[in-house]
Amino acid sequence: MEQGSKKITGAEILTRCLHEEKVEFVFGYPGGAVLHIYDAIFHQDKFKHILVRHEQAALHAADAYARSTGKVGVALVTSGPGATNAVTGIATAYMDSIPMVIISGQVPTYAIGEDAFQECDTVGITRPCVKHNFLVKDVKDIAATMKKAFYVAASGRPGPVLVDIPKDITAHLCQFDYPESVNLRSYSPVTKGHLGQIKKALKLLAEAKRPMVYSGGGVVLGEASAHLIKLIQSLNIPITSTLMGLGGFPASDQKFLGMLGMHGTYEANMAMQECDVLLAVGARFDDRVIGNTAHFLSNPRTIIHIDIDPSSISKRVKIDVPIVGDVKSVLADMNELIASEKPAQNTSALAAWFKQIEAWRSKKCLSFTQSTEFIKPQYVIQKLHEVTKGEAFVTSDVGQHQMWAAQYYKFNEPRRWINSGGLGTMGVGLPYAMGVQFAHPNAQVACVTGEGSIQMNIQELSTCAQYHLPIKVIMLNNRYLGMVRQWQEFFYENRYSESYMDSLPDFVKLAEAYGHVGMQITKPGDVEGALKEAFDMKSRFVFLDFITDQKENVFPMIPGGKGLSEMILANDIGAEDL
Amino acid sequence: MTTHNPRHIISLLMENESGALSRVAGLFSARGYNIESLTVAATEDPTLSRMTIVTSGSEAVIEQIIKQLNKLIDVVKVLDLNDGKFIERELMLVKVKATTAFREEMKRMCDIFRGRIIDVADGSFTIELTGSGYKLDAFIESLDKTAILETVRTGASGIGRGDRILKV
Repeated sequence: MEQGSKKITGAEILTRCLHEEKVEFVFGYPGGAVLHIYDAIFHQDKFKHILVRHEQAALHAADAYARSTGKVGVALVTSGPGATNAVTGIATAYMDSIPMVIISGQVPTYAIGEDAFQECDTVGITRPCVKHNFLVKDVKDIAATMKKAFYVAASGRPGPVLVDIPKDITAHLCQFDYPESVNLRSYSPVTKGHLGQIKKALKLLAEAKRPMVYSGGGVVLGEASAHLIKLIQSLNIPITSTLMGLGGFPASDQKFLGMLGMHGTYEANMAMQECDVLLAVGARFDDRVIGNTAHFLSNPRTIIHIDIDPSSISKRVKIDVPIVGDVKSVLADMNELIASEKPAQNTSALAAWFKQIEAWRSKKCLSFTQSTEFIKPQYVIQKLHEVTKGEAFVTSDVGQHQMWAAQYYKFNEPRRWINSGGLGTMGVGLPYAMGVQFAHPNAQVACVTGEGSIQMNIQELSTCAQYHLPIKVIMLNNRYLGMVRQWQEFFYENRYSESYMDSLPDFVKLAEAYGHVGMQITKPGDVEGALKEAFDMKSRFVFLDFITDQKENVFPMIPGGKGLSEMILANDIGAEDL
Repeated sequence: MTTHNPRHIISLLMENESGALSRVAGLFSARGYNIESLTVAATEDPTLSRMTIVTSGSEAVIEQIIKQLNKLIDVVKVLDLNDGKFIERELMLVKVKATTAFREEMKRMCDIFRGRIIDVADGSFTIELTGSGYKLDAFIESLDKTAILETVRTGASGIGRGDRILKV
């Protein structure tokens, strides 16, 4: 470690901290309050600074870097508007528990509170949407604060941590001394699960007649995928996943019932409703997952919940067997117990349960009628899956296209599916793809988006050009804010209030204006060819504008306030059985 | 006080840093929890603040409040005093009319509630009273409303009985 008695500026200390944390990329945007920091960045080459076109995109890109690698994402913004522009990105990361460190410039300490130029109470504004934040008031505190920030962001239930640094502090001189370790008396996340509870859970699962596993984003964040697969294979029980958990268990496995929830599969939602023992792993029973809570609870079942965050347990649904701990560690303990104790299972009941599940599955709730006239959005995703051999990193924006991507791109590996689940932030797709492509320069990265979402961060086409990012934008263009239109069709008697996207740009020309390749696809027969052509251009950014069926809806759907078994299925699927 | 939403007194120790109070206050407003009163001051260890929060809610809500408070990075320890025996005290200062006709009566009421008159003016007394929130309420109730000129209450502070100690 290159530390010593030489005094350096706060800005240099900051960059040295980032070196110590082995940061590869800092996504940011300069401004007055961070000029000293940018000067220090100019003088180093250990990490690369990525200049975005809007601070929100810096946050999303750093967030996606974290989602796709498991490392802490780092963003740097200036004071005032720089920080407020970052708030959406911070809140997005917070809702999905993404480890990030955000450095924001602040006006000099002597000007704080005087309504100085580009001053805002960044620590106050971000407090409700960060795991923790700090205002550094002394150059001597920068190193220790940064060490704490990285530790807090990545440990326990991860989350974004913001460090607000006044400009004068970054000019003050101090010795650099990076702490070896952090010890916070007020923060010590539990990792090991309670063995007694784990034993109890295993007994319940083994003895269950209709067991079910429901896995969430915690499995992905906690790197617990291999342990989950082992558990499912040794106990032979069905599993579903939340939007955030997709890829945590391979979608190609017969025991995987697909995603559950508002747009989950018929079999997943029915099994979730009808099971007698439910194991929730790193998931939080949110409203989009279990629908109406009272309806969910009307069917008695024993619920086991593994989560690193005690406050996630019994928050919306009372849990019978809570296990607080790191998902990976708890699942490893469970697998060890299975190996040593070989618990007896009710195999005949289990066989009957799988038979029931197959009956539900036979409804083929994700089937859709292919058209020769219009491009069906689902078909585009199916072909995207084929052309990329299911190996692409897929980012999405928010809306119908997001649900179709989740339903039809069968993720077999964790960290491949990058989307905003909790906050549901439109505009994340393109900056997410940037963050993923920086982290995985040789990987295929597809951004599935809509003509509504893409325009919320369209300026990033410029960043993609600057850094030669070979992202493929798969835009499902139905000229509507599709999900809004769908709700208006179902629940507002077709009154399409402000959901039509008028005056769209010529996206092909727009892409070309930034130096990219643009393609418009209007016929179903051209979908596959266009995708192949795009992915064959390995070094080019290709913007594919798929003109899709305007009237297509996402099915199945649980209307707001309804229960898991009260799904609306596509018209041509036996809805009479519901 | 209803049986569904009993009043709880929650004590916590947190790092004595700027912004700590607003983290707690913000948590309560963001999640829609009640705050009846909240008091905070540094402890004998100046790096720690002790806070007493009086709140109410169902068992599930109180459980969430405790968990959410524990989740705050600056919070070192949280204790629901209602989980055991505890003592609660609140201080109130009341300025009452004490014109010649009322002077004796006010003095008597003050004595009954074991209050102390800490300021005497021509037409008024200022009475200092400590006790549980209920006792302070009872004192207010027992006074003629027109006699009350001003009241100020500190909010409750609580401490466990005997060996129940909240310390780092």
